[in-house]
Amino acid sequence: MKLTGSQIVMEVLLEHGVDTVFGYPGGTALNNYDALYEYSDRIKHVLTAHEQGAAHAADGYYRATGKTGVVFATSGPGATNLVTGIATAFMDSIPMVAITANVPDPLIGRDAFQEIYITGVTLPITKHSFFINDIEDLPGAVRKAFRIANSGRKGPVLIDITKDVTAAEMEYKPGKPLPLDKYPKARKKEIEEVAKMINKAERPVVYYGGGVVASRAEKELNAFLDLIDAPSAYTLMAAGCVGNEDHRNLGLIGMHGSIAANRAIDRADLIIALGTRFSDRVALNPDKWAHRAKKVQVDIDRSEVDKNVIVDKAVVTDIKEFINTITPMIKKKDRSEWVAQATEWKKKRGDAQCQEAQLHPKEIVDIACDKTDNETIYVTDVGQHQMWAAQYLKHCNTQHFITSGGLGTMGYGYGAAIGAQIGCPDKRVVHFTGDGSFHMNMNEACTAVSENLPIITVIFDNKVLGMVYQWQTAFYGRRFSATTPDRKTDYVKVAEGFGAKGYAATTPEEFEKAFDAALKNDGPSWIACSIAAEERVLPMIPSGGGIEDMIIG
Amino acid sequence: MAEKNYKREVISILVDNESNVLARVVSLFGRRGFNIDSLTVSATNDPKLSRITIVFTGTDNALHQIITQTEKLEVVRDIFTLGRDDSIYRELLLIKLRADKTARTAIREITDIYRGRIVDLSKSSLIIEMTGAPGKIDAFMEMMNCYDIVEVCRTGITGIGRDLTVDDEPCKA
Ligand SMILES: Cc1ncc(C[n+]2csc(CCOP(=O)(O)OP(=O)(O)O)c2C)c(N)n1
Ligand SMILES: [Mg+2]
Repeated sequence: MKLTGSQIVMEVLLEHGVDTVFGYPGGTALNNYDALYEYSDRIKHVLTAHEQGAAHAADGYYRATGKTGVVFATSGPGATNLVTGIATAFMDSIPMVAITANVPDPLIGRDAFQEIYITGVTLPITKHSFFINDIEDLPGAVRKAFRIANSGRKGPVLIDITKDVTAAEMEYKPGKPLPLDKYPKARKKEIEEVAKMINKAERPVVYYGGGVVASRAEKELNAFLDLIDAPSAYTLMAAGCVGNEDHRNLGLIGMHGSIAANRAIDRADLIIALGTRFSDRVALNPDKWAHRAKKVQVDIDRSEVDKNVIVDKAVVTDIKEFINTITPMIKKKDRSEWVAQATEWKKKRGDAQCQEAQLHPKEIVDIACDKTDNETIYVTDVGQHQMWAAQYLKHCNTQHFITSGGLGTMGYGYGAAIGAQIGCPDKRVVHFTGDGSFHMNMNEACTAVSENLPIITVIFDNKVLGMVYQWQTAFYGRRFSATTPDRKTDYVKVAEGFGAKGYAATTPEEFEKAFDAALKNDGPSWIACSIAAEERVLPMIPSGGGIEDMIIG
Repeated sequence: MAEKNYKREVISILVDNESNVLARVVSLFGRRGFNIDSLTVSATNDPKLSRITIVFTGTDNALHQIITQTEKLEVVRDIFTLGRDDSIYRELLLIKLRADKTARTAIREITDIYRGRIVDLSKSSLIIEMTGAPGKIDAFMEMMNCYDIVEVCRTGITGIGRDLTVDDEPCKA
């Protein structure tokens, strides 16, 4: 059967079980969009307000469902608008397939209207990219894109197709998804050495990150913690792996991590790092970090070994495979005293709040959390509100906390929330944002309205770019350069203008009422919560600092 | 980082012979801040593959990073270091000197000793060609510094392992 390039793209997407894509049309993408029209009974296309929102939606869609997100855009500005979304996915190792159209091949390289060398622009933020100007290469490239995005350490792949190829015809031979690349297998001897280190350790701590989620090894991790009788700390990318109430869960690690997690790392004699990269937000000072401990690192990506922190032993393999292999090698050892000690530290929390304020960040998160069930997906933007959400939510499922960790992209939230809600229509999505972040992406309200998505957006309205404001307060003598915009946005009116529901809250009671009302809506709701600009995210260890530099109150 | 022992290593990379490959490799080096001394790209006996040879000075850790980051690129089929003791390195030098009759004889003598060749000659200038291990080229350049150098071109190192197994090894799929 002869099909056009665009039709072939649709067929290969169907081969991979894709039933939903996000995007925005344009001149060079006309053929792709014409095919989407034809395939609309099998592939749902979600039109966003902006390509960045579409890329974030594809990202949020994956994080909520585990299915690779696909985003379409036109050439030139359409393609460049994807850049922040692709970079966000890249930094958090999120698989994504971005399909851009480019000008017809005869015009390539001539600065044609809306021609951009997007494979060049995205070179450092994609796992791989394809420039397709020959239809023969097209089906293979799309299949490879899915394989590459999902193999080993996951990440985004871009396919740029010239417009003439989308129109050209070719015999389509149905195919199947390519098998994923085999991940590196560890030698048994290496794992035995790690087992020996664990068996000897008196005060081990497991520090884990997004690799556990990527490997879907949450269950194995919990069993492993019980087996070796150790406490654990998580990075922003792995909230929810270990139950919120679990005594082995010491909380978030790093700059805004819990006292217990950071202290345990400092006192430990063995750190077992699983699927995590010792980033500068965790090992704030790589020389001082966990200085009493031997360090073991397990990661699927060999280049992560010794990148940020030099480790004593590294195993390069999949986390699930590692845990399964090491399990029979572990000797029972009583570490109850150490676990009890670490658990004791959990009682101390650094959450001083503004006395004069009527509505506190913690109250907002607590109420939203208490009024929603375990199946609720929480999505954040970036700033103080993100850290409050990370600290106070009672995480219990890794697919239910969606946040931009590595890139810290303000404006990520609404797009990602839309992707999550489209992917999980039966779950409730709550989107925590700040007044600054929301001004970057509130345009996506139109998408939530068109698609009738019941996303509840909770705006932490401190009227400042709070996270930066906090640093200026602490380290720049309160010289508030460009963080106190005098904005007069009336969120209730703007929400209504978009066709959404808007609420305002200045007290916990008002917030409860607004949230109850929002829960009953079929479409999107915004709740603007007035909070004090002086609220801080605590505890905090300044960049480059150690546990002794921790600011608690 | 504790270690400050800088080492010079020659790294050989087999890559798919397709457009954009060099851009991918160089973009990675730029992004990760890997500073390389030289880079050559050339054909191999397999038209589907090209070889990139780079010389890199850095710590063991930096070397580990450059190799493990580069091997992740989809276009990289194989990557290995060419150890000093079990490889041959060569470099080509072209050097143009201003030299009148009096200087010429001495320059010729030195060139002969280093097994170079004078490939172009005019009344006031000459061009010398020389291939050899980089150390030899460095030593020759030392000698030439006493003369009036107009221009120097060095190709950068290319290298090959003595070991038979390297090239016989099947490429990774
Ligand atoms: C796109 C982008 N620009 C700038 C920043 C730097 N930045 C980090 S947090 C922040 C302030 C966020 O303000 P807001 O959304 O109001 O959240 P708050 O901290 O007040 O809760 C800024 C400007 C960023 N992370 N992303
Ligand atoms: Mg704010």
